[in-house]
Amino acid sequence: MNPFNLAAINFAWLPILPLIAVAVGAIAVLLTGVRLEDDESEGLGWLSLAALGVAFFLALGLVGQTGVSFAGSLAVDGFSAFFELVILIAAAFAIMMSLDYAGESGLPGAEYYSLLLFSTLGMMLMASAGDLIVIFLGLETMSIAVYVLAGLRRKDPRSNEAAIKYFLLGAFSTGFLLYGIALVYGATGSVKLEAIHAALSGQTLSNPLLLLGLGMMLVGFGFKVAAVPFHMWTPDVYEGAPTPVTAFMAVGVKLGAFAGFARIFLVSLVPVSGNWSSALWVVAALTMTTGNVIAVVQTNIKRMLAYSAIAHAGYILVGMVAASPEAGASVLYYLLGYAFTNLGAFAIVVALERRGVAGDMIADYRGLSTRAPALAGAMALFLLSLAGIPPLAGFMGKFYIFNAALRQGYTDLVIIAVLNSVIASYYYISVIVAMYMQEGGADTAKMSRKPALVAAIGLAAIATVLIGIYPAPYMTAASNAFNSALGESAMRAAALDQ
Amino acid sequence: MGSGILTALVFFPLLGALFVLMLSDERATWNSAFIFSLVPLAISFYLFAAFNPGEAGYQFVEQYPWIPQFGISYHLGIDGISLVLAVLTTVLISLSLLYSGGGDITERPREFCFFVLVLETGLLGALLSVDVFLFYVFWEIMLIPMYFMIGIWGHGRKIYAAIKFVLFTMVGSLLMLVAIIYLVIAAKHAFGRVSFDLPLLYEVPLSETEARWMFAAFALAFAIKVPMWPVHTWLPDAHTEAPTAGSVILAGVMLKMGTYGFLRFAIPIFPAVAVEAVPLFLALAVVGIIYGALVAMNQPDLKRLIAYSSVSHLGFVMLGIFALNPQGIDGAIYQMLNHGISTGALFLLIGMLYLRRHTREISEFGGLWKSVPIYASIFMFAMLSSGGLPGLNGFVGEFLIMAGTYLRSWQAAAFAVTGVILGALYLLWTYERVMFGPITHAVNSTIKDLTAREISVMVPLLVLMLFMGLYPAPIMSRIEPSVEKMLEPVRIEQVRMEKRRQAQIASAHSANNKPSLTLETASAK
Repeated sequence: MNPFNLAAINFAWLPILPLIAVAVGAIAVLLTGVRLEDDESEGLGWLSLAALGVAFFLALGLVGQTGVSFAGSLAVDGFSAFFELVILIAAAFAIMMSLDYAGESGLPGAEYYSLLLFSTLGMMLMASAGDLIVIFLGLETMSIAVYVLAGLRRKDPRSNEAAIKYFLLGAFSTGFLLYGIALVYGATGSVKLEAIHAALSGQTLSNPLLLLGLGMMLVGFGFKVAAVPFHMWTPDVYEGAPTPVTAFMAVGVKLGAFAGFARIFLVSLVPVSGNWSSALWVVAALTMTTGNVIAVVQTNIKRMLAYSAIAHAGYILVGMVAASPEAGASVLYYLLGYAFTNLGAFAIVVALERRGVAGDMIADYRGLSTRAPALAGAMALFLLSLAGIPPLAGFMGKFYIFNAALRQGYTDLVIIAVLNSVIASYYYISVIVAMYMQEGGADTAKMSRKPALVAAIGLAAIATVLIGIYPAPYMTAASNAFNSALGESAMRAAALDQ
Repeated sequence: MGSGILTALVFFPLLGALFVLMLSDERATWNSAFIFSLVPLAISFYLFAAFNPGEAGYQFVEQYPWIPQFGISYHLGIDGISLVLAVLTTVLISLSLLYSGGGDITERPREFCFFVLVLETGLLGALLSVDVFLFYVFWEIMLIPMYFMIGIWGHGRKIYAAIKFVLFTMVGSLLMLVAIIYLVIAAKHAFGRVSFDLPLLYEVPLSETEARWMFAAFALAFAIKVPMWPVHTWLPDAHTEAPTAGSVILAGVMLKMGTYGFLRFAIPIFPAVAVEAVPLFLALAVVGIIYGALVAMNQPDLKRLIAYSSVSHLGFVMLGIFALNPQGIDGAIYQMLNHGISTGALFLLIGMLYLRRHTREISEFGGLWKSVPIYASIFMFAMLSSGGLPGLNGFVGEFLIMAGTYLRSWQAAAFAVTGVILGALYLLWTYERVMFGPITHAVNSTIKDLTAREISVMVPLLVLMLFMGLYPAPIMSRIEPSVEKMLEPVRIEQVRMEKRRQAQIASAHSANNKPSLTLETASAK
């Protein structure tokens, strides 16, 4: 897996090489972009892709390395490598979707691409954080860039609304998170994740300070992953933001947030999981049910996918509740499948929604199968994967999570989850009904057939099928990644359990 | 390991599906889809001939690791039960394609052939899977093409019917998935390794409560698919709105997946609960038989009538299965084949009539015997087979089921017999209204009789009806050993329950200080 030898470089700098590549790319985009008109931004997109490609190879070089650097602020392990790679892929997909879209919708290219890259940087930072402060830094870098991205269609009131809403609520939630971090620091005496883990390991009785801190952090992360009851912003922001940004939010932000969430709760705070898992149980059940039930009545596909993203956060939370090494691995695997499936679905929304032609209503998808059979087929594939139909990636992820949760004895929660899957299949299938069984809909003549966009859809479709029918290597990668975050001792315990 | 012949059987249709997707010419699409369906047909006939009837276990086994983390393997095998159903599947799929290409499906033939062939892969895969996870994957895969077939090529309220079909099936199958995972975790605690392999799961020791809940989840999933009364309500809608080929495959093969599931999973994995549940299932089956027959009698629409008659016929199959003795189950499996052939034939015939008249209302017809004699005679043949006339296939299955049921519970048999009578009644009455009497609608005197293509669709089915009615031995000899093997754990449970009952009686008697005469008579039985 190691394409070139990075051991020669001082280890402290090693883990941040991919981050540096992304940051340099972002700055380069910004500097070259100032000279360009908004509709000439395609080259900037390619530049960003190149930066992501370099970062990807550097991150690939880190696979298999373990250790900490910057006095423990950054962790290098399988977990960070796994998330960094998936986040980079998600960012690359978002850019591939944007190449045509950004110019057409008059988005300022330099700002757009550099903000995407900065946000990616924040996500990667969250994935490789070794202490709470770096997690917070990463979260802020990611979020602030995304606030701006959501409002980048300056003349569209929906976009403005999205940005304001996201920013205000986001600032609130960050406050919660920071306060939670402070309280946890007060209770354990450290912000280092390993030290927190060590401090909590012996504890049996619950410290009120710690409980309050845990609660605050749950609220903060709950907001970022769009868990009920902190989800209110999601549909409006997803609908108002430019569609590639929505895709990036639905996948990238979720990856970054869950990376931090899992790193803190499934690794550091596992010794006190009794204190938070029951609260998370309720949040998971509410999130799945609310997301799915409200998604049923949506007529706008972006809103529908927003509620579906809420519901999927609920399924992932089921894995978080289980809080076992296997559950952690299942969360990672689920996120991988979810990333490709959702990116693919959004790429199709981007393809249809173009040049002022309204394309984001479900009714616009009517008859798509006769006008653009391949596109409709791909969309059907993504929707069926989201609905959890085997043998696609979405099903395997659900299976993995349900298996982990059942093994921890959460039978009731899993039953809630599967009944939710039935509701979910209804609204996913409604889009298929529109595409295959109804007439009319939007004109596809003006649709984008840009090679990069088509490639994004094709790659996402291949990944959705491949991760589903041949899941073994990805499952191994996910469980290696998570076990490496747990450390050697936990890995031995997990091996005994398997 | 393995010869790969089962893989070829399962995945050849998928290959064909991908191939037809690349064609643009309509004629070429139909022809190549039909030819692609002939290969699995040939393979299944070969398997039928090469199958060793003396061996009860799986034959032609193939096994490769698929997801080693969970002990999931690609494990295919075929025994007597799945063998005959696989042959039924390949026969009906080929005939459906042959029929649909003759003018029934004119819109989007390419997609239609694609979905039919994908469906064939799903059906055969579910039948041949020995790994429960693999079974579940195929079980869900077959849902999607059928959903598209009803939704795209259906009639009337097709979208409502298609969505109802999916949602009903999903509820059952997802709860079954939870039960499957739970069972595997129990297996891990018992044997120390994770495995979805069916033979291992048969051995899992379970507490009584666990077993009851899991049996309930499995039984619900399968009962919806069968469909048993009272979860049958999706069926009349799906059947009525589906295109003819969809109805043929749905009734002919897909419903059998439910009964097959009981035989392969629900009963052998949880034999103790199955023995306990016999009265409940016999009662539901009897209600289904009579209810289906009564409702069928009152249907003004020919296709809806046959759909309700399916509820009644599948009630017979469930009755035979829950007789839990060799006669009942042999009969049930034979009846599954019969129902596939005769109901398939009836749906095809109704489809042919619909093509000519664009209506299925019984009141629109009458006196067809005069204008379409070939059609009317074939209809008569299929109907008599469905009604269980001795000499045709339906009789053999019904007789065995009644014999098996009688041994288990004479009350259930007595009620079920009324279903046979009602069945004959509604079929003959329908035939009379459609075929005999004067021609009341002038248009009926001008409709054309069957074309050569349509006759060639029907003839294989008629031959099978006659052959299976006169000479059931080759099929029976293949089914019987597998059924015996499946019943072994059930027998052990039955003996255990009988002993427990006697012990209770004995303790009751000893408490009363009476000589235990009844105990002796009971054991003498």
